[in-house]
Amino acid sequence: MKKEELRHIATLARLEMEDEELELFSEQLSQIIQYFGELKKLDTEGVEPLVTPTEIEYWMREDVVHDSLSTEDVLRNAPDKRGHLFKVPPVV
Amino acid sequence: MDLLKLSLSETAEKVRKGEIKAVDVTKAYLERSKSLNKELNAYISFNEKALIAAEKVDQMVANKKDPGLLAGCPIAIKDLLCTKDLASTAGSKVLKNFIPPYSATVVERLEAQGAVILGKTNLDEFAMGSSNETSAFGSVKNPWDVTRVPGGSSGGSAAAVAAKMGLGAIATDTGGSIRQPANFCGIVGIKPTYGRVSRYGIVSYASSLDQAGPMGVTVEDTALILESISGHDPRDSTTSQKKVPQWAKNLKGDLRGVVVGKPKEYFEKEIDSEVQKIIDESFEILKSQGATIKDVTLPTAPYAISIYYLVAPSEASSNLARYDGVRYGHRAESKNIEELYMKSRAEGFGREVKRRIMLGTFALSSGYYDAYYIKACKARRLLLQDFMKAFQGCDFMLSPVTTTAAFKIGGRIKDPLAMYLNDVFTTPTNLAGLPGMSVPAGFTKEGLPVGVQLTAPHFEEQRILNAAQVIEKHTNKEKRKPNVY
Amino acid sequence: MSTEAHSQYEAVIGLEIHAQLLTETKMFCTCANAFGSGDNANTCPTCLGMPGALPVLNKKAVEFSVRTGLALNCQIEETSVFARKNYFYPDLPKGYQISQYDQPLCKEGFVEFFLGEEKKRVRIERAHMEEDAGKSQHQDQDTLVNYNRSSVPLLEIVSGPDMRSAKEAAEYARAVRSILQYIGVCDGNLEEGSMRCDCNVSVRKWGAEKLGTKVELKNINSFRFIEKAIEYEIERQIDAIESGEKIIQETRLYDSDKNRTFSMRTKEEAQDYRYFPEPDLLPVRVSPMWIEDIKSHLPELPLQRFERFVREYGLPEYDSQILTQSKDMAGYFEVVAKVSKNPKASSNWIMVELLRCLNEEKKEIVDSPVSSQNMAELIASIDSGKISGKIAKTVFEEMYKTSEAPEKIIKEKGLAQVSDSGSIEKWIDQIIESNPGQVSQYRSGKDKLFGFFVGQVMKVSKGQANPELVNELLLKKLKE
Repeated sequence: MKKEELRHIATLARLEMEDEELELFSEQLSQIIQYFGELKKLDTEGVEPLVTPTEIEYWMREDVVHDSLSTEDVLRNAPDKRGHLFKVPPVV
Repeated sequence: MDLLKLSLSETAEKVRKGEIKAVDVTKAYLERSKSLNKELNAYISFNEKALIAAEKVDQMVANKKDPGLLAGCPIAIKDLLCTKDLASTAGSKVLKNFIPPYSATVVERLEAQGAVILGKTNLDEFAMGSSNETSAFGSVKNPWDVTRVPGGSSGGSAAAVAAKMGLGAIATDTGGSIRQPANFCGIVGIKPTYGRVSRYGIVSYASSLDQAGPMGVTVEDTALILESISGHDPRDSTTSQKKVPQWAKNLKGDLRGVVVGKPKEYFEKEIDSEVQKIIDESFEILKSQGATIKDVTLPTAPYAISIYYLVAPSEASSNLARYDGVRYGHRAESKNIEELYMKSRAEGFGREVKRRIMLGTFALSSGYYDAYYIKACKARRLLLQDFMKAFQGCDFMLSPVTTTAAFKIGGRIKDPLAMYLNDVFTTPTNLAGLPGMSVPAGFTKEGLPVGVQLTAPHFEEQRILNAAQVIEKHTNKEKRKPNVY
Repeated sequence: MSTEAHSQYEAVIGLEIHAQLLTETKMFCTCANAFGSGDNANTCPTCLGMPGALPVLNKKAVEFSVRTGLALNCQIEETSVFARKNYFYPDLPKGYQISQYDQPLCKEGFVEFFLGEEKKRVRIERAHMEEDAGKSQHQDQDTLVNYNRSSVPLLEIVSGPDMRSAKEAAEYARAVRSILQYIGVCDGNLEEGSMRCDCNVSVRKWGAEKLGTKVELKNINSFRFIEKAIEYEIERQIDAIESGEKIIQETRLYDSDKNRTFSMRTKEEAQDYRYFPEPDLLPVRVSPMWIEDIKSHLPELPLQRFERFVREYGLPEYDSQILTQSKDMAGYFEVVAKVSKNPKASSNWIMVELLRCLNEEKKEIVDSPVSSQNMAELIASIDSGKISGKIAKTVFEEMYKTSEAPEKIIKEKGLAQVSDSGSIEKWIDQIIESNPGQVSQYRSGKDKLFGFFVGQVMKVSKGQANPELVNELLLKKLKE
């Protein structure tokens, strides 16, 4: 896991990272990812990937409106707002 | 009457009958908890409205209405669950000041059964950890030995129950986070079948692995809490519509005809000799009640760590993308939106969380998706198939929860991979969506609790609850309590 | 750039259409799916991406999507999978959009439509379900975000790269909108954004096998602009290639004021959406029985209706095309045609008179002050001779103003045509008497004066005299 590749991953994940932390992660993640190499030993030919491990009965809901949150509740935790809108610094 | 000496089921019964008042019970637990918390740091916050809720329960009793299964019982809630109008932090700087306008379904169901939410317990940040040392609110101490970890990620809930800072607790388990701390703290902890309990309102770590579950002092009490929170939730598409059995009522100790599986690959790991001894004793206890032991094999189990640490961080990297400082949560000073994202997230998340986000982002990224994420998902199906096959020859399995008893605070945190390898016995259960639990089974020479893990097929919680109660009846005869008592 | 150079190139165009579905609630939560509400008035933990919130699929959205897939002649997959598309943007509350990736609901369909006289067929590669994002507006130094639109149900319809001209692309888009409106799943309003079109445009030399680099055009909110934007882009690409430049694969926005496309700020790194199956939702299941049920309730589609109008009503193709453009228009016509029993007249009256008035006021046919029943009665009145064609125009204007029935207006204003010879003869006599000069001129051979007499009779009868009878009787009387 080279530092450059890691920087790209950090950008995808929107995590600002100091060089020092990148160094540390580079070391640790390389070690971990290398460990994952053991999965190559498993023969998974023709095996479907598993996402939900339990058999769950199918579920959809009816198209009926229920109360939304009050705008007060919606904006209660907003770091910044204008009127009833969330405010963020400009999207360049 | 010393209210603190009553069990959960005793308390609920006496409150329902009007023999004791919920308000008095709550007052007693609040006082004790606030005092002990200074040392143990099990709670992040206490519920200022607890007494009002207790009052309501007493009112219901006065009006001859049934307040429910958990009438007047103070329950601790892991701070990963949202509680309406109460701070819900997920143990993170990101949500330090977050007050949700909604409660998790689990919390609503507890309240519907008359439980009183005592407070929010400490946890590893975003449920990522095995020692409760990554919390932004400080580490939690093990009540049995305050120099040791209580386990994680639900360390706060486990410590609270062990130190009688509540009659029970709700926690969550993604790779062992209920079973492992229950094991380290000498209490009962149950991770239900995936789909048994609603995840709505619980901060998501890994969607296909997370399950909320109860922690308690006895098997019966813990089963009661599980009954209260289980069942289909129309707000969670991954919950099962299967009926919820009356587990507590149906507990039975006759194990004649029951076959206990001994998963061979688990016992090939290096297990501490004292832990091994207790495991062996547990097998004997079950045999004495009529069960037979059978060797079973789970060939894919040795790969569980790799599978888990690929699937969970991948889902987490996506689940944690919403913490961007836009609508709630920590926001850093920034000139534009990109800076907002980069800085807020870097400032808000702790190191372990960042590490797992990076790991997950990597595993899902273009060029690596097939070799890592998809490969892990395929291996996951193989593991499930192993379990299904093994369960054809046994009713449930018994194994250690961890290779050692509770380790020292600071003992393993420096080496992430070493920390991950702790989860070798617990992660397979989550990957296969099976119900699993930890029940106390003995102590080390140093007086540290050791539990055993029981794992059943999907939706067969009754089988392991029965066996757990048998083990419970035959161990801890001297009824030890942690020093901090 | 010379048209000669341009004629060596072929344009290859594909369209991605996002249609907002007309459900009551959003895709994954029970907030109202409504346009124009107060800021953030229709939001909840799920569509705001709050901690612990989970998605639950809207059954109606699935039904509408299957209905659309069937109307587009697609194969409906019994099992399809939701996937997360991960990226960061303030109007995307979860940091990912729930969409469908490699297992979409609908595959391999087609749409047929007319480009001038030629019948065209464009393939539909896939149609999949996904949720809409919120809306961000830029004001001063800030960006303000409204999540009312977050999680509104969308169906993304992806065509094959089958179109070869800007006009064809615009006609295709019109045809898809028409279908969506006909089956009642989307109101197809480009201006309001309930239907959005992104165009993928590339060029290549005639005969070349490989496709050129494709450029995505966004932000086009009318069919006219679709045509203009694509036209501009084709020219731009050809010019660029002829000047030796390479076409960059990018997204460009259309500026309707300047009629040009311009580049959005491209990131150095291409977007990596890291698609993976959505673990909070089970795979979508649509049973063969449900599909059959939806299929059996499919209304007649625009093209089928067009062909039936030509066949059943004997209308020219041009008329049929206009009348079947919208379901409401076609429905209106059919009532008028059936009640009046005169399809050709119905067609004329609607296309010429009614549409003129409606267009002037920018009204839709559903808001027509003239009901289809009344329109039919007006035509029947003409056919039965109750009023003349000329008077009918006056009656129609009054109908449009007052929404009254023609019979009432004719009675009140006394506009009924007079067809009894007695009264007409009286008027003729009156005119002959008062115009002796012209009468003798006519009788001595000035045939052209006949029109004058007709005019005078019509005038004195206030236009109500039956023109055929006037002609007949006047001719007779003048001969005497």
